[in-house]
Amino acid sequence: MRAKTSAIWLYAVVPAAQRGAPAGLTGVAGEPVRLITGERLSVLVGDVPLSDFDHDPLRDHLEDLRWLEEAARAHHRVIDAAARSSDVVPLRFATLYHDEAAVRAVLSERLEDFTSALQRIAGRTEWGVKAYVDPDMLAAPADEPESDQNTPGTAYLRRRRAQRQGQRDARQRAAQRAEEIHTALADLAVGALQHPPQDARLAAYRGWMILNGSYLVDDERAQEFAAAVDSCDQRFPEVRLELSGPWPAYSFTTEDRERQGEQS
Amino acid sequence: MTQPAWSGTSRNIGASREVARTEPANLADILERVLDKGIVIVGDIRINLLDIELLTIKIRLIVASVDRAREMGIDWWEHDPALSSGQHDVLEENRRLRQRIDELQAGQHAHPDGEIESGSAGQEEHREHQEHQKSQEHQKKKLERSSHEHHQDGSP
Repeated sequence: MRAKTSAIWLYAVVPAAQRGAPAGLTGVAGEPVRLITGERLSVLVGDVPLSDFDHDPLRDHLEDLRWLEEAARAHHRVIDAAARSSDVVPLRFATLYHDEAAVRAVLSERLEDFTSALQRIAGRTEWGVKAYVDPDMLAAPADEPESDQNTPGTAYLRRRRAQRQGQRDARQRAAQRAEEIHTALADLAVGALQHPPQDARLAAYRGWMILNGSYLVDDERAQEFAAAVDSCDQRFPEVRLELSGPWPAYSFTTEDRERQGEQS
Repeated sequence: MTQPAWSGTSRNIGASREVARTEPANLADILERVLDKGIVIVGDIRINLLDIELLTIKIRLIVASVDRAREMGIDWWEHDPALSSGQHDVLEENRRLRQRIDELQAGQHAHPDGEIESGSAGQEEHREHQEHQKSQEHQKKKLERSSHEHHQDGSP
């Protein structure tokens, strides 16, 4: 028997009612995406060469941010395309099996997890909302006493202190705004969480990112949610809000069990 | 590739799925989702994303925001599985070092004149800080250097 030359990369779990993968869709290795169908669930997969995706070469590739970017975009592209026509449970990047039997086995082993995740996200969509402030606009107007007759050294230190205090105040106000916005948006959502603020080099923004939230919103409330984002944008002139999405429900398919596990 | 987000008025938001569907704006949006979210199942080829240098990259990417985030009362990294294990210590250490250096610097500025910033460091602590200063600054530089290197590597 010939040695295997490919592995199976998993993208997303979909209800078994889903017929076939979206036509023309290619994955992380440029491979055509196909569907492995199970009894109740199916999974979108691609056959990827072991020369790039076996443990060691994959590990090497993952160290390469450029390779990672392309693969991450491809992984997302497949899931996103599937999400247009079906509920999908996205699987973590770099989930790989040697053969279909193992894939089918995990589909039935984890049936409950996948099914409950599908139920959780059915008819709902993840939206991303980021909020930025221009720190200068948050800074309180300087009210230094100009009549200060002290030595230059003391005046300097006073100025420094005022600056630092101003920064602290600005941050506090920023955090408060972020909380207000997050609360207002979470009220309209069935799930809400905050991602880390993004690095400015990767995300190319200026100012402070004070909020990087994901919200799972019922599709019939999508309009209302977008309006709420707009309204926060107008209510707080120093804050700029940015809505992204619709996203496949990446942020809301992780089992609660796992989340709780992180605390310990 | 991506536009600076700080470019005036916010994007007009179409609320329906069809209208709003655009190519996601930036790599960070995608990475934070595909690497950190989505259901985890243990495959045959087991790459622990937490083990590899990638995560060090990730830590470098976010480390610049850590001080800021903590001051703002955001403590997500305490709950981030990627950071809550061994790597967490690196972050924590980095944060602590930066904070101590800041305190130290504040202390140095303040002491000549007395009253101002008196809350920052007592005399004993101040001496202790001085002892540690060199190694701290060295380490800080090292951290900055490595994050700079990454920046160059990572630029598209």
